[in-house]
Amino acid sequence: MNKKVRIYITGVGGQGTLLATKLIGQAAGIAGVNANLSEIHGMAQRGGIVESSVTLGDLKSPMISEGQADVLLSFEPVETLRSAKRCNSDSVVITNTAPVQPFTVLTGSQTYPETAPALEKMKSRVRKMVIVEGTTLAEEAGTIMSLNVVMLGALCKHADLPFTYEHMQEAIKTGMKPKFLEMNLKALELGYASS
Amino acid sequence: MDLLLTPEGGQKHLLMGNEAIVRGAIEAGVGVVTAYPGTPSSEIPNAFFRLSKECDIYFEFSTNEKVAMEVGGGTANCGIRTLVTMKSPGLNVASDPLFTLAYVGVEGGMVVVSADEPGLHSTQNEQDNRLYSKLGYIPFLEPSTIQEAKDMTRYAFDLSERIQRPVMLRITTRVSHGRSFVEFDVPRERKVRGEFVKDRINNSKVAIPAVSRKLRRENLKIHDMLAAEGSTNPFNLQEGSGQFGIITNGVSYLHVSDALDDLGVKDRIAVLRLGMSWPFPADLVADFIKDREKILIVEEVEPFIEDETNRVANIKGIDTPIAGKGEQLLPRMGEFDPGLVKRAISNYFGFENPAKVPIQTDDFPAFPSRPPALCPGCPERSTMYGVTRAVGHDDIPFPLEIGCYGLGFLPPLSASDICLCMGSAIPNGIGISRVTGKKATCFLGDGSFFHSGMTGLADAVHHKANILVVIMDNSATAMTGHQENPGMDPSIYGLDKKQIDIETVCRALGVEDMYVVPALNQKKIREASEKAMAYVGVSVIIAKEPCPLLAKRVGLAKKRKPFEVDVDKCTNCRLCITEIACPAFYLIDDHPAISAAQCPSCGLCVQICPENAIKVAKTGE
Repeated sequence: MNKKVRIYITGVGGQGTLLATKLIGQAAGIAGVNANLSEIHGMAQRGGIVESSVTLGDLKSPMISEGQADVLLSFEPVETLRSAKRCNSDSVVITNTAPVQPFTVLTGSQTYPETAPALEKMKSRVRKMVIVEGTTLAEEAGTIMSLNVVMLGALCKHADLPFTYEHMQEAIKTGMKPKFLEMNLKALELGYASS
Repeated sequence: MDLLLTPEGGQKHLLMGNEAIVRGAIEAGVGVVTAYPGTPSSEIPNAFFRLSKECDIYFEFSTNEKVAMEVGGGTANCGIRTLVTMKSPGLNVASDPLFTLAYVGVEGGMVVVSADEPGLHSTQNEQDNRLYSKLGYIPFLEPSTIQEAKDMTRYAFDLSERIQRPVMLRITTRVSHGRSFVEFDVPRERKVRGEFVKDRINNSKVAIPAVSRKLRRENLKIHDMLAAEGSTNPFNLQEGSGQFGIITNGVSYLHVSDALDDLGVKDRIAVLRLGMSWPFPADLVADFIKDREKILIVEEVEPFIEDETNRVANIKGIDTPIAGKGEQLLPRMGEFDPGLVKRAISNYFGFENPAKVPIQTDDFPAFPSRPPALCPGCPERSTMYGVTRAVGHDDIPFPLEIGCYGLGFLPPLSASDICLCMGSAIPNGIGISRVTGKKATCFLGDGSFFHSGMTGLADAVHHKANILVVIMDNSATAMTGHQENPGMDPSIYGLDKKQIDIETVCRALGVEDMYVVPALNQKKIREASEKAMAYVGVSVIIAKEPCPLLAKRVGLAKKRKPFEVDVDKCTNCRLCITEIACPAFYLIDDHPAISAAQCPSCGLCVQICPENAIKVAKTGE
């Protein structure tokens, strides 16, 4: 219960990273674990970078500095690389594979790099990197909108957390719309079963 | 019933800091809430907007922060507990009534929330509003945790009522937009009806010099009393022990706690966390610093506690070294983070800092940026594009102010040359046109027109300025989340309020050269702009079209098929991309295409394409 865990979450506006952050907090609460959450929004328009963090256990600050993340949960491969500095050699990285191209790339003023080689390098520099076909699994669960829950499934499987998969199931049951409950539970399961 | 209104106490809920403040005010029996929205404060008034529909709390989005403070000054002086909220620069607008309210005082508790933004995530400056409390003799509380955000709000009402003066709650982004578990207490009874008691003997609420002299004397007494009470204030916490000391506040306290734990030096460094640092608790601080070897002050932005601590040490003849801001220590700008604070502590006190090393990333490829952009279908894009190109894009100065259209400075629109604050565009234009002889073209929105644009327009008409004013009326205070303003149709939110017509206001203010155009019609925008530029005097263009996000949210959006590019007609000139930068465009086989999922069919691109190659999609997705 007192174990300190710092989870850094990154993605692109519209991917549901903030709801995922809140669900991690709820799951911790159900497990009786202290959780501090922080997010930056405001000018984050659709398509902008959205970063948030959760610190669990005997921690007070909700923020995570460079090198401090125990877990990096990323919804987009370029954002995984952009946030890599948060990781240290003991970090666990869980990343989605599907790129979300910024409109500056779509309209030709910037380029989107090939991410696979850099992710390979990153993998060799951290304790564990799990690559999840999150977007594909979300579509399998019913809609691309369930990507955030797929990623939470993968988080429960691969990260060393002070709460369990069942706690997360419970958080989803109490915190999400009943209409989409079945689909979200399936998304969680698919994320958990991946890799 | 909404969770935040629950009459029960004892249970814990995961709340955002701003929601915790809402709950704290409800527990304190708040009867009136007034606000002007702005990041990071907006969730507080948004919640009360929602809650006021299911309880008897009076809530209003006031026309500006000054008005919010004055409405609140009225209700609090009738004995009603009143909450007034705003973002940090909002307090500049509200400071005039606040400073004198601090003299004439209040009958019911009055709490003013100032939401500051160290790090400038979405604010135009990094002002530290703790300094206002010193300038205006306004006691302030400053929470570190989400639980404290609730508890201090409740406490602030009690304190305010006891001293009969307004009290400030100063929060920063990490409290506003942090979340944690908050234990609820039972709310006290709410009072929403009061009386204004006339004081014909002392006229103690009438701030004329003779009265204000007496009030100032009282204020100084209250100040000294609260400074002395600082030693027993429940929110001034002292922890740990040791030859070293740290004095800290707000979110910095959290970083300090974690750092001392990580460094394993809790028995060597004592911590004094000031939850109420104005009036400055001089005795408490003197006792804390006097027998220690050295002191570090950990606070974001200005050296407020540091300066006061040095003053206290000087007066009391304490020679303990005191440090805070400085190289190798703590910066005067930006947010702190746990690593930065840990480094400063280990540098200053000489501890080993076994920090975790970030992984190597310098061999990673360059990343594309994800700049914020006006949404697809934004009517402000169309207006700014049409007007700036018609009046002379490179020649005419474009003052603009705070709103989504602030993003209009970005290329290719490049429609903003100077942007200061709400209400600044028209007066900036008056000044610029007066000395350059050019008809400055000033952009503002419907929200900012009512906030403080009208007074500038009166100035322009009265002094016969030669400017073009473009009011982009998208039917809401859009940037902060479509809050209502006087120009909005109140029925879309089911409100029984009166709508004020912007055109009628402009005409009443004496504007004679006036154009009302549909914001998505380039031809009409350009015609109006050209005519206005030929007129000498004050011209106003009102460009009307609801924000598409608002239209979608309230069910006003018309179902229209998206547009698509006809590849046979397209000559790949790319004006659709290079001129308007609509994020619905992308390249496919090196040719422009339109994302059906993103296109809200505003038709701006259709009007720009020289080949008529953009048309309604045959098969909408």
